[in-house]
Amino acid sequence: MFKIKDNRGWLGVLPVVLIVSFSGVVPLMAVVNYSVQDILDFNTRFFVGFQWYQETLQDSRFVEAFLRQIAFSLSVLSVEIPLGIVIARGMPRSGWLASLLLVLLAIPLLIPWNVVGTIWQLFARSDIGLLGVTLNQLGISYNYTANPVDAWLTVLAMDIWHWTSLVALLAFAGLSSVPTAYYQAAELDGASSWQVFRYIQLPRLRNVLIIAILLRLIDSFMIYTEPFVLTGGGPGNTTTFLSQYLATMAVGQFDLGPAAAFSVIYFLFTLLFCWIFYTSVTANHD
Amino acid sequence: MTKGSIRKGTPSQYLLALYCLYLLIPIYWLFTLALQSNSDIVEGFSIIPKNLTIDNFVEIWTNPVWYQGFLNSLTYVLINTIISVSLAIPAAYTFSRYQFLGDRQLFFWLLTNRMAPPAVFLLPFFQLYSAIGLFDTPLAVALAHCLFTIPLAVWILEGFMSSVSTELDEMARVDGHSFIFFFFRIFLPVNRSAIGVTIFFCFMFSWVELLLARTLTATNAKPIVVTMTRTISASGIDWGVLAAAGVVTIIPGIIVIWFVRKHLAQGFTLGRVS
Repeated sequence: MFKIKDNRGWLGVLPVVLIVSFSGVVPLMAVVNYSVQDILDFNTRFFVGFQWYQETLQDSRFVEAFLRQIAFSLSVLSVEIPLGIVIARGMPRSGWLASLLLVLLAIPLLIPWNVVGTIWQLFARSDIGLLGVTLNQLGISYNYTANPVDAWLTVLAMDIWHWTSLVALLAFAGLSSVPTAYYQAAELDGASSWQVFRYIQLPRLRNVLIIAILLRLIDSFMIYTEPFVLTGGGPGNTTTFLSQYLATMAVGQFDLGPAAAFSVIYFLFTLLFCWIFYTSVTANHD
Repeated sequence: MTKGSIRKGTPSQYLLALYCLYLLIPIYWLFTLALQSNSDIVEGFSIIPKNLTIDNFVEIWTNPVWYQGFLNSLTYVLINTIISVSLAIPAAYTFSRYQFLGDRQLFFWLLTNRMAPPAVFLLPFFQLYSAIGLFDTPLAVALAHCLFTIPLAVWILEGFMSSVSTELDEMARVDGHSFIFFFFRIFLPVNRSAIGVTIFFCFMFSWVELLLARTLTATNAKPIVVTMTRTISASGIDWGVLAAAGVVTIIPGIIVIWFVRKHLAQGFTLGRVS
């Protein structure tokens, strides 16, 4: 699209820049400031250079949490993306049923994140939860507070419950953009369901899938509240992901310097993801 | 994709049905627990509750800690939505119509604010809002949430506005309308579904957030989600009241979804479907 060249455009975006800078830049600068100092209390602090960065990268607990995080994010993506596409394909394109399903799918996205944790806690506990009690009565030993495998599966099930809808809604929007004539042509040619998907639907889904994958990657990379409420990172450290470990350092142990160095590294990783997101979204746009 | 294919049932439709069941069962369980007394929950497990009671909800609507928390949450979510949408509209219009120095970089920078890991930023946030005397007010939470709702609002609105042809701007000018008239009486009404979707997303992301809301409030402005994390009393957790509070936090979301259901899917793609 043709855009008018005019630097007065800044006037239109200035209010947004000011208000976002206030909450975005000031705390970020404070964190960068902490990350190069040893803070004993608020009046006693020393400049330590990049020491905290080195220590963080060599810290075995950081590396473990990082690997756990990668494993979690990959598991989440490998289930939610295909499942979301299949769900979207099963949806009718219009009518009351489509509206009802859209509303139903959107519900988990609008539940406060700690309530999502609470819902799954109430659902999965082995004393009062429907899932926990039923599994144990069926003879399957299940206790997510004590068994690491159960804890992992429960956190994963919770994330699938919480976020698959996002992928499904995105894929639904992508599928809605396929003209009906394409399906009629495919039907005349006797195309199979797989061929319809592979050659008609998938190309149309490309853009929305880029958005879906990156949004899920970034959000799963920052997951905190839901597992915090459900498992508290346990049993042991088995469901402690990056944010959780960071919070323990910053709030629990008050290791501000190392925690700040950690979050700068963490932020740079997320920035990398953002950059991939931005370039792939805008590549087709221009 | 006609009505006939629904009756026949393809594998993806069965999976869709199963998934809906998977979505609903934990919510069903939340509702049943919310409708039972705590002693019934702890002592007798049954899939269909026997003694239904609305005591838990009565507790929430009569205890000021709970209903005040609910009102506090709604207050900051509304303030946030109003600020975000009213500032994002001119910014998104500018991004969609003008080219200026650093526009692409600025657009990217806005996005990065949505991605900052919250845990360590909490302390600077606390210090910042204490320093300007806004700590423990709904305005503090609303402003802090602007950090991720404004970028999102700009992104969604820019996507929708870019798909509106500039011919509309030209025609209004040729017809002799002033810019103000064009913007408020022609351009915004054309984009009203986009604005509806944006309101939905600002509402949603402000409503579901916990960490900043918890950090920036103490007693006066404490939101309901924070109250929920502190329901552990001397006698243990009151599961019934906790479940009832969970139910109460879902309701505003359902009401908002209903109003924007037609535009929901498109909004999730930030307006960029194909």
